[in-house]
Formats: sequence, structure tokens, C-alpha cells
Amino acid sequence: MATLEVEGLAKSFGGVQAVRGVSFAVAPGEMLALIGPNGAGKSTCFNMLNGQLRPDAGRVWLRGQDITGLAPRRVWRLGVGRTFQITATFGSMTVLENVQMALLSHQRRLGGLWTPVRAMDCAPAEALLARLGMAEQAERPCGILAYGDLKRVELAIALANDPALLLMDEPTAGMAPQERVALMALTAGIARERGIAVLFTEHDMDVVFAHADRILVLDRGALIAQGAPAAVRADPRVREVYLGAGH
Amino acid sequence: MLEVTGLSAHYGRAHILDGVALSVGAGEVVVLLGRNGAGKSTTMKAIMGLVPPSGGSLRFLGQEIAGREPFEIARLGLGYVPEERRVFSELTVLENLEVGRKPAPAGARPWTPERLFALFPSLGAMQDRPGGRMSGGEQQMLTIARTLMGNPRLLLLDEPSEGLAPVVVERMADAIRALKAEGLSILLSEQNLHFARAVSDRATIIEKGRIRWDGTMAALMAAAEVREQYLSV
Amino acid sequence: MENLVLQALSGLASASSLFLVASGLTVIFGVTRIVNFAHGSFYMLGAYLAWTFVTTLPRGHLGFWGGVLAAALLTGMIGVLVEVLILRRIYRAPELFQLLATFGVVLVVQDLALLTWGAQDLLGPRAPGLRGGTEILGLRFPDYELFLIAVGPVVLGLLLLLFHRTRWGTLVRAATQDREMVGALGVNQRWLFTSVFFLGACLAGLGGALQLPRESVNLHMDLAIITEAFVVVVVGGLGSLAGAALAALLIGELHAFGILVLPKITLVLVFLVMALVLVVRPHGLLGRAPGPPVGGANTAEPVIRPAPPALRWLGFVALAAAVALPPFFGDYALSVLTEIAIFVLFAASLHLIMGPGGMASFGHAAYFGLGAYGAALAAKWLAAPMEVGLLLAPFAVGVFGLLFGWFCVRLSGVYAAMLTLAFAQIAWSIAFQWVEVTGGDNGILGVWPDAWASSKLVFYYLTLALCLAATLLLRRIVHAPFGYALRAQRDSALRSEAIGIDAFRTRWLAFALAAVMAGIAGGLFAYAKGSVFPTFMGIPRSVDALIMVLLGGVQTLSGPIIGALAYTGLQEQLVRLTDYWRLVLGLSIIALVLFFPQGLAGAARSAWEARRGDA
Repeated sequence: MATLEVEGLAKSFGGVQAVRGVSFAVAPGEMLALIGPNGAGKSTCFNMLNGQLRPDAGRVWLRGQDITGLAPRRVWRLGVGRTFQITATFGSMTVLENVQMALLSHQRRLGGLWTPVRAMDCAPAEALLARLGMAEQAERPCGILAYGDLKRVELAIALANDPALLLMDEPTAGMAPQERVALMALTAGIARERGIAVLFTEHDMDVVFAHADRILVLDRGALIAQGAPAAVRADPRVREVYLGAGH
Repeated sequence: MLEVTGLSAHYGRAHILDGVALSVGAGEVVVLLGRNGAGKSTTMKAIMGLVPPSGGSLRFLGQEIAGREPFEIARLGLGYVPEERRVFSELTVLENLEVGRKPAPAGARPWTPERLFALFPSLGAMQDRPGGRMSGGEQQMLTIARTLMGNPRLLLLDEPSEGLAPVVVERMADAIRALKAEGLSILLSEQNLHFARAVSDRATIIEKGRIRWDGTMAALMAAAEVREQYLSV
Repeated sequence: MENLVLQALSGLASASSLFLVASGLTVIFGVTRIVNFAHGSFYMLGAYLAWTFVTTLPRGHLGFWGGVLAAALLTGMIGVLVEVLILRRIYRAPELFQLLATFGVVLVVQDLALLTWGAQDLLGPRAPGLRGGTEILGLRFPDYELFLIAVGPVVLGLLLLLFHRTRWGTLVRAATQDREMVGALGVNQRWLFTSVFFLGACLAGLGGALQLPRESVNLHMDLAIITEAFVVVVVGGLGSLAGAALAALLIGELHAFGILVLPKITLVLVFLVMALVLVVRPHGLLGRAPGPPVGGANTAEPVIRPAPPALRWLGFVALAAAVALPPFFGDYALSVLTEIAIFVLFAASLHLIMGPGGMASFGHAAYFGLGAYGAALAAKWLAAPMEVGLLLAPFAVGVFGLLFGWFCVRLSGVYAAMLTLAFAQIAWSIAFQWVEVTGGDNGILGVWPDAWASSKLVFYYLTLALCLAATLLLRRIVHAPFGYALRAQRDSALRSEAIGIDAFRTRWLAFALAAVMAGIAGGLFAYAKGSVFPTFMGIPRSVDALIMVLLGGVQTLSGPIIGALAYTGLQEQLVRLTDYWRLVLGLSIIALVLFFPQGLAGAARSAWEARRGDA
């Protein structure tokens, strides 16, 4: 069964159709890239998948369960981790505490009024940070972290509830080329190892062509191509609206 | 034209710029290359006075500008185009341009909305559209045009290609080459080497707040080990 | 029918005056992002100055209209003075700190006006040429009111022209969105801000000066108008001129007809409407959701860590002193100490929602006052013993906290703060107007502790024990998962929602918890004073709490405790020492904001960290 299945997703804003009839599926362990020009509807699409936006039409299934229109926190509980284009972490907490928050929330222990967080078991959070090469930064406040490291913290948070699906909105935006390769290789490794389906948007075509198993191309809200990287790269329509002559 | 020496800056206790030195000559396009967090944007902001420099000298057209207010620096002829674009979303294209308007130095041909619309034709078609209802590429063009309305002698362009579709990046490169042909000096910050190569004469590489390499674009393209070490392309 | 028309006209005249003041406030907020409490002071100064000019200048058209105009311009200049001397230095400070500074200005202006014009109400002459009336549907309507009705739309038109047809206006609108960028484009934003402040203060001064023929000039004009002006600006949408005009119309007419239809609840009506508007439209009638802040420096809140040993030690010593010394004190000192203990808890409860919660409240006194009234009403109507009263009060307040909080925590920033103010004013109005139950302005007297706690010393220890336990519990909660969840939703709403945190529920429960804690403080306060009055939940009391938290520092857990100690102590001493305590207090607040922008505890921590860092 596909991890994520999307059918006929559509959304308009004030009469402008941002997304029209988008359908696709992601398999466990698959890296699927969503590309397209600015304003093509990528972010809108993403926000409908994790519940930040309610679609006008269409259905979203996660492992066969209909999750259309559920609130983001419900979608997360069902197994969808997410990273944001502009990193969103808790700046007043340390790296470790950031990850611990996700774990505590997963265990439904965030209502606690008595036992201090510092006195709680942090081994699982430390293990997760070690897996992402962030063990040494665990005690640093997130507010002063370098951008590339913040992206890793976000990934650690997103992985904390053992998600079936990872949504990554421009995971490497603002990173140096070497860091991009390292982060995507790490993501791909974890995805395969745990059978996580990954859907990501990306502007860096080198990253896309190097790491995506499959590519979807969105233009003016509609899918204009999908398939293996080589086929998409050769598609004349994709070259015209998006890739240009350079790639 | 612009001579930066020993420029330092701090956020709290953290050193973010440590003795940065670079220069831009008249009519030259220089690119500041480096990864995210290397200090490119901070260098740009420090030159513009938006981040207070904690040490070093910034000389522009022979005058010391370190410690001056951003508006004074802008009036001396430095034009700043921020990475986040920051168009005034509730102002129309024409009003955005009006905010940037400053008199041209004696003898220079002043920029007018008409000339800018010739340079960026897509802007001309949406003169009364609010900045907030434009695509990312159009906003990037508007923010450059807005700064040009101040008739700068030197343009600071912070990551103009970021987040743009490859086709739009190509158009952006064309526009920058056209500005260079007008005789404008440009200091560009970039991560995208393809783009930098297409428009720049010289490159300066920054890493962890320090300058690591400086030379012509051709020399950089020949120095594979430098690109490997700092840019890893 | 005729009466209704006249009533509508008089509503229009009020709307016009209200718009003058509110438009200045909204313009200033738009560009400087400062919620200017001192705007009411400008209005009052305009009225006083106009009185001086009009009564000294020769009588006639020139004397009157010239005087009004001169008063407006001079008020504008005073605004410039305030901007240049104080506000210009704190544009980068947190929003609430700026608010605090402007509140300092309010206090200073109040005493300066008292020094200059005395405490009596002053009556001005009527406007020359507009002394008569005009027949409308057979009834006489004053000409001056007709004139006022015309002033509003004319000013609105001129302002719209100014903002949309001039370069200055374009620059101001641009600076409203991104002032740093405007500076980087070569515009001297300092003068832009100063000129905007001049315009805003002028409008307030004009509004005040034009009241001269309508009502007496007095020292209460400032706070009376500022609440109304805030309501208008918030209902209209912060920064929106057209919104302010619309809201002024709405509120003006509401006043005019409210008195006809429901005279008993006129005070509540305005705030009910504001609450209703904000629930339906969280950013006001014509306001827009503010974009994410741009160009700010690193604004992340510091990590909360357990108190360092030195601080624990200091706290222990202070506590030991609070327990060991009082038997040697007299009754007066014991009363002061009891009050201080109560205010520490009151400030700590507000800190929970302001610091970790990231929500501002301008109406926290509501819960303090409801606690006091809960205890007093239980004593008066149920003849309940003190223990029952003290238990009942926080319980009742918790219910109100859940009810009001359910609305308030949906909004953010100034809007949320204004909604808390609205609920506080509603509670105040009920206490003030429902005389049969609450005794109205006379309050409820004879709320004394039971016999065992009737000595000042015993009651002090009881208060200390309860307040200390509650304050320590609040600290504990901030370190517990719930406190972390509260900070998580403040740091990043997006991320917290994406990891399953229900931000609304977290904020709501925190709000109710803070209300309960304030209720405990209020209940104790009722028994400490032996009486309750509507002022317990008035705006000044809410501002007290805000000042205590900000004075101590929002970012530190010890902040509210230190702030409460400093503020209560300072005020107590000043009131005893001088009649012009407002002047001294106001200047102290301004000095603190200028020199300790992180609050007292924050400054102490920075100094400590710096010393430790260098060692």
C-alpha cells in the first residue's frame, strides 16, 4: 500500500486556482521531489497535506486512512513529520529540549505540571541527535544555532514520532552545496532504513536530480509531468516552463 | 570605489565577521561567495550600516562610512538590495519606486520608472499592482528597480538568485549584465556559482566570517582545489 | 422621531471628536509600532493649552480659533519633545516596554498639569459665531455640534490626501511596513517618525482643544479618552484610518443611543461591542493580519535554566528575613508587607501568561478584583467564614478565567491585550453599576478575617504562606512539561502545531491558571483591606501589574518577584513623602525603561553573566 495517496486535490484563493486536481502517491522508503516555478502551488499543496490548509476538493489518505482536512496536530499524531522552508524551532530551548518536546508530545505527557523536564529521561532524544550528528550541540540554545544545524534539528524533531511520511519544504534552501548533499544523503539513508516515504520541494536541481527517486512537476497549480529524473529532465514542457536551457 | 579593511561584527559575544577585507573598483562586478551563515549577508548589512561594525574601516569614494546611519550611506550612493527582497507589499509598483527615488549625482543619467520598465519589462505591465500580489521573481526585480531609483554608484545585491526558478535566474543574469554595461559597480553575494560566474569579474570567498580567497573569476574557475574546499561544487 | 434624529446628530459630533484623537493614535501606531498611552495626555494638554490661550488672548474669532490652533500646534511640539527625548531611544525595545514608557509620560503630564493649572475643573468660553442653535425638525440643535460633525470628515479627507497623494505620505506608508528598509533606501526615518509623531500629537491636541466649548477641562480627561480611543483604534483595525473613522462612528452612535435605550449598562456596552468585533474579526473591522516581523535582530528569548546557586541563596536569605523579622514590626509595616506578598503573587500570575505564554494582558486586574469580590460577596451574602471565602474566590475566578480566556487567547499581540482590557472593563462596570449587589462605588465594607487571623501578624503569615506556595508552584510549572509547551507555542506556533501541541488549549489553560492565582491574591487582598471597591479591577490596577512584571523583567522567572517588591515599595514610600508622587514615579519608570530595557532582574542577570564570562 502506498504511504500517501492524493487524489484530485484543489484549492482556490479569492477566485484564483492555486492547485487544481493534483493526484499522486508516495511509496514507503521513496524520495519524491515536487518542483515547479514560484507560485506554482507547491507550498499550497504541502500545506494541504499536513492540514494547515483545508482543500476545496480532493482526498488525502495516509496508509489507507482518510486524513483530509484534519488539523496539523492530528495529522502529526497519525505519523506525518514536517520540516519548514524557514526553519521553525523553539528558540528559547536547547537543541535537546526541542527534540524532547516532540517526544513528550508523542507520549502525551505535555500536560505535566510537576516533574521538571530537566529531570526526565532524555536518552531517546540524545540517540536521535547522535544519529543526525548533532550530539555535541545538544546543550546549545536553538536561538543561536547556525542555519544548517537548525535544519538538522528540524529533521530530528520531525523524526521523533517515528513518522511514516516526511514532508520537507525546501530542506536545503540557504545551505552550502556540501551541506546540501550531506543532509539529503542522511535523509535518504534514514528513509530507506525505516521505510519512511519522503516528499520534498526543492529549488536546487542538483539536489533534486541526485536524490529524488521520482519527480513531480507543478505549473500553475497542475501537474505537468511526473516520472523518473531522466525522463522529467528531458521533458520539453518542463524545460520550457521551469528548467530553462541551463540544465 | 569601495574599500573594506579589517571589518568585524558581533552578535552578542559571537564573532560573525572577523577582519573582512574586500574591494570593488569602478564599473566592476565582484561576487562574495560562501555558504549560508558564512557572513555574506552580514558583510552587506555592515557595509550599509544596518549591522553596526565593531571594528575596521569602510571607505566609499574616499570617505569613511563606518558608524554612519544607513540613510546617510545610501545618500552617498550605495544602493542595497536585501536578500529577503522586502518590497512594500501594500504599495503599488510605482509607489515602491517612489520610495526609492533620490536625485542623481551631477552628470549622471537619472533612472526613471520608464527606463526601469525597459530593463524589467514585466514590471511595466503591472505598475499599479501592490507589491504583495507579485511572484517571487517579480518582487526580486522590483526590489532592484526600487534601489536603482536612488541612482546609486555602487549596488549591493544580496543573493539575487535565491529561491528563483532557473529560467528567472537566467533573466536576472541578463539584467545584471545590462547594469554593468551602464557602468554601475556591483557587489554581489551568492551561493550559486553558475550564476556568479555568468555575471562577475572577480570573486572573494568568505567562510566563518573570514576572507579565504580573492582573485579573478577565471582564476577561481582554474583553482579546482579552492572551489572544492570552500564551495564544494 | 425628532428626538432620535437629534440623538443621532449628537452621536455624530462625539464620533467626530473621537476620530480626531483616534486617527492620531492609529497613525502613530502604524509607523512607530508604539501603543501610545500618552496620547490621552496630549488630548488633555490640548484642552488645557486651549483654555489658557483662549482666556488670555483678546476675545473674538481670532482669539478663539487662533487659540485652538495654537494649542494644537503646541501640543504637537510637546509630542515632538516626547518622541525625541524618550521614544526615539527605545524603538528597538519590546512593544510592552514602549507602552510602559508612554505610561510614565502619562504620570508625569498629570502632575505637571496639576502644578500648572491646579486641581479645579476649568470652564472655557463658547465658540464665537457658533453660540446659537439651528432648528432641525422643530428642535434646536447647537451650531457648535454641527461644526464638529463637519470637522471629522474634513480631517479624514485631508489625511487620506496627505497619505496617498504626497511623497511624505508614501514614505510613511512604506515605513509602516518596513522602517529599516526605508532607511536603507536613503530616507532619514528619524525625521519621518518625528513628523508622524508631531501630526499625531497635533490631532490629539486639536481634539482636546475643540472640546473647550463642550465640557470642562479637568485632570481625568487623559485616561477617559485614551480608553475610548484605544477601543476605536482596535475596533477599526490598528493603523487603518478608514477603520478608525468607521469605528468612531460606531462607538459615537452607540453612546448616543445606548443612553436612550439601556442607560444602566452604557459603560459595558462599548466594551461588549469591542469584544464582539474582535471575536468575529480578530484584526478589527478594516485591519489586516500583521506580517511576520522583518529585519529584527536576534530576538530569541533566553533559555530558562534553574536558578544559579547565588540567586537561590539570596532568595533564601530574603525569605528568612520575611519570616523572622515581622514580629518586631508595627501594624503599618505589617500591612505593607502583607500587600507586597499579595502583589508578588499577582505579578507572578501575570508573568505566566506574559513571559512563557507570550500574551500581553491589559486587564489582569479583572481576576484580582473578581477574587476580591468573590471573597467579599461570600462574606456579605453567604456570611461565609474566611476560609470558605478564600477558597471560593479563586474557584469563581477560575470559571471567569476559562470564560474570558476562551475569547482572549484566540487573538494575538495588542488585539489580545485589548480584549483582556475589554473584559476587565466589563467586570469593572458591573461592579460599579450593579449597586444592589456590589454596593457600586461605595464597595463592600466589613470583610474582616476570622478571629484566629485577626491580628496583623497572623494574617501576614497566612498571606505569606499562601502567596509563597502559589508563586513557587507557578515557578515549578514553568519548568514542567506544561510550561515548556506554553513556551513552545510562543516560540513557534507553526512548529508546536506540527508536533501535536494544541496551542489554543495550552494558552487557554495557562490563562485560566493565571486567573486563579490572581484570584487567590485578590481574595487575600479583600481580607487584608477589610473592604473591596471597583478600583480593585480598574485600569490603573492592571497597569500596576504590567509595570511590576516589566520592571522586574519578562524574560526571567525572578523578574515579577523583584518587580513587585520594587514597585510596591517605591509607590508606598512616594505617596507618603510627596504630593507629586506621580511625577517622581513617572520619571523613575521612564529612566528604568531607558537604562534597564531588560528589567531589573534581566539587568542583574546580564551583569552577572558578563562578570562570570570575563572571569
